[in-house]
Amino acid sequence: MTLEEFLYMGGYAFYVWTSYGLTTVILLYYILAPVVQRKQLLRQLALKQKRGQR
Amino acid sequence: MSIIPAAVSRFFHRTASSPHFYALADRFIPWLLVIFLVLLGFGLYGGLYQAPADYQQGESYRIIYIHVPAAWMSLFIYVLMAIMGAIALIWHMKLAEVMLISSAPIGAAFTFIALVTGSLWGKPMWGTWWVWDARLTSELILLFLYLGIISLYGAIEDKRSAARAVSILALVGVVNIPIIHYSVQWWNTLHQGPTVGKMGKSSMHPSMLVPLLEMAMAFKFYYGVVVLQTAKLELLKRESTAQWVKNLTETSE
Repeated sequence: MTLEEFLYMGGYAFYVWTSYGLTTVILLYYILAPVVQRKQLLRQLALKQKRGQR
Repeated sequence: MSIIPAAVSRFFHRTASSPHFYALADRFIPWLLVIFLVLLGFGLYGGLYQAPADYQQGESYRIIYIHVPAAWMSLFIYVLMAIMGAIALIWHMKLAEVMLISSAPIGAAFTFIALVTGSLWGKPMWGTWWVWDARLTSELILLFLYLGIISLYGAIEDKRSAARAVSILALVGVVNIPIIHYSVQWWNTLHQGPTVGKMGKSSMHPSMLVPLLEMAMAFKFYYGVVVLQTAKLELLKRESTAQWVKNLTETSE
């Protein structure tokens, strides 16, 4: 099987690759979002603590 | 409580305490992530490349490798949330509340994926993006249940009472789960019956079935990572003034 044949998916390329692409985007978002938000929150809390100490 | 040995009870309380859970989650996440990635690699290679095309549906059936595992996850996560809801209501266990609400967004995401990939599969095979078939309709109701849980939790200021309300909603909504599961048998409409049967009665060839099961397991480990990461965030939000969080912000600088 060539790469072109693989990507062509027997004529169903749009349906198959849209499914896989969308799922990839959603799963990436949900695994990264809590990590990013936690880092932001910890930074805010650290800042607040510093202000409180003064 | 006296019938539970003291050691077990101690273990339970230690594990359920926020800082201990936070540290435990940190230890587990890398392992869950590695297992997820390995299973995902095998599942995608097997499903997209190795498995033959379907004799009726051609290459379009390869959507099954995300559609079915995502649909299974949508049910699996909801049942877990209902169990967490019961635990939260009976024992007032804070960690169960946190795990319940941390599961809701990713459960909604899997439900959404199941619906959209189903639509993308239905168009070329059935000739329509959507029908009000029993399976599709009950899965859509599941999405609304997830969204209802998320917005109800967000709408109530006090997080303990919010968690109690959400636990009740999760428990009530669980009646929808058997309806989704049996819908293809009770109402014979457009959505096909189960392909993967219980205990080796599957009508799928192993070359197609094995990648499907690998993807299903991969999604479970993915959920494990996401729910622990989200629970860590939720614990920090809830207990931002606690001493253990203060220690954490000090060491993280």
